[in-house]
Amino acid sequence: MKMLWILATKELRDGLRNRWIAAAIIVLGTLALALSLLGSAPTGTVKASAMDISVISLASLSVYLIPLIALMLSFDALVGEFERGTMMLLLTYPVKRWQVIMGKFLGHVLILFIAIFAGYGGAMLILTFVNGASLDGWQAYVSMMANSLLLGAVFIALGYLVSVLVKERATAAGTAIGLWLVFVVLYDLLLFGLLLVDEGQVIGQQLFSMLMLISPTDTYRILNLSMFDGVSQAAGIAGIASEAGLSGTLLISVLLLWIAAPLAATLLVFQKREL
Amino acid sequence: MTSNKTNNVISLHAVKKRYGNETVVSDVSFDIQSGECVVLVGHNGAGKTTLMKLMLGLTRPSSGEVNVLGANPAVSSAIAQHKTLGYLPESVAFYEAMTGREVLAFYARLKEASTVDCDNLLDVVGLAHAAKRRVGTYSKGMRQRLGLAQAMLGNPQLLFLDEPTTGLDPILRQQFYQLIDALHKEGATSVISSHALNEVEARANRFIIMKAGNMIASGTLDELYQLAALPVRLKVSVTPGQTANVAERLGSATNISEINDQVLNLTCINGEKMPLIRRITELGEVVNDLQIMPPKLDEVYSHFMNNHRTDGGQP
Repeated sequence: MKMLWILATKELRDGLRNRWIAAAIIVLGTLALALSLLGSAPTGTVKASAMDISVISLASLSVYLIPLIALMLSFDALVGEFERGTMMLLLTYPVKRWQVIMGKFLGHVLILFIAIFAGYGGAMLILTFVNGASLDGWQAYVSMMANSLLLGAVFIALGYLVSVLVKERATAAGTAIGLWLVFVVLYDLLLFGLLLVDEGQVIGQQLFSMLMLISPTDTYRILNLSMFDGVSQAAGIAGIASEAGLSGTLLISVLLLWIAAPLAATLLVFQKREL
Repeated sequence: MTSNKTNNVISLHAVKKRYGNETVVSDVSFDIQSGECVVLVGHNGAGKTTLMKLMLGLTRPSSGEVNVLGANPAVSSAIAQHKTLGYLPESVAFYEAMTGREVLAFYARLKEASTVDCDNLLDVVGLAHAAKRRVGTYSKGMRQRLGLAQAMLGNPQLLFLDEPTTGLDPILRQQFYQLIDALHKEGATSVISSHALNEVEARANRFIIMKAGNMIASGTLDELYQLAALPVRLKVSVTPGQTANVAERLGSATNISEINDQVLNLTCINGEKMPLIRRITELGEVVNDLQIMPPKLDEVYSHFMNNHRTDGGQP
């Protein structure tokens, strides 16, 4: 555990040193504030609270932004150290290879945690001052932040897998962008197109739920929009998730699986790797 | 796997390493005992770095056995032993965004060495003034010094130094070897790769000469001299004008390589050296001076390099 912490704090310090964390906090905070303040205007006399609206708009934004930030953080993590030669020296120290991966993972998740909770959380505090907030709204907002961290962790893990598989940093960067396109844009487009063509003949609700669960980003979307009554009513999808048999536990388990599987694969490849 | 009675810290048995079709190390076996300072000698690409990586567990042999500190270094249970191990890679790379002090402290924590060591070591390698600067701004020589400092962390018992003195100025080289000597006095074992032979000559207990992945010779300096059987040179200064006379008196069996008015240069194989010296001293007052010049280490080295043809046929 001590080893993990030493390695994690190194990543954390790197993040602070190169202003990475500061930049992420500013980006997330500003966007959250802008979306929330602008987004809360049209609620008008509708019963939806400003906080719930913020959760909806931020969840839609995070689906794009968080995977991008996470991949930017992780694609270089291994291939960069192979290329520069720092990995070779590191592995002659009393550090096991799984500790290297998990230490980095811990560090990068911590960076993301700080960025999300400072950026989104800061915006939340300002919103509370401006609009006031209910306990429900707060809960939905905080769990949205936690879910975002989970989503980020998924893409950090995916980024490591890319990073351990490719030979050059440039390839890793390209592959990471491809991964982002597939999970954030293309998969949904494909699914949407499929539904249009199918017209409900083959793809029933069961199959559709399954198809949604395959994508970590869709899982994240459902998780945010359906778990709190206020939010799901405002989003106009009240009760849909529970009808489809998608419980919060199931959705979170899917995300956890999306973290564990790429990490395990990364470790497997890394263990076999010769330097 | 431990065989304490032989006191072997490192033992390689019939080790082969192939990368794809290329054989980088073929059939190398040697033992290194506790407290030894062994120098791996060879051209670039002779397999020195690969041997080090094999001993460090960074790569696995294609066949054969590597045993370091009583265990296979490539298995993860052996990694705890790395606390007593220091390594300086051939071209050392660091985390550029960290300062020299931070880099060293990071490595010290991994080795569970005291961070007080860091300041001392920075001082010893002459980086105290640059401790708070980012490694990214360091020159090649400064990086090499930082590399040495990290290898020395936590009083290592086993040192692997891959061309340690490249990029160091003469004074620093001296200091560096003093450091190594100090560690040796405490019983440390070291494996150094080098092609600057004269520099390590005095420190090495044993040399392992590598060529194109093969171990072509191994032994102490004396053993290598004997193996090489290179001629000893004698320079005899005589009373001016007497060289022809002296040559005659020494007999026709004597191998005279050069002769002028006052100097004779003789060569003989090591076994005939003493009889020849006796004959020279018996010549009496006509001999003014006698210098005996054993073969230089470089000559021994090039002897092995040139006379050993391997399958690879690398010059």
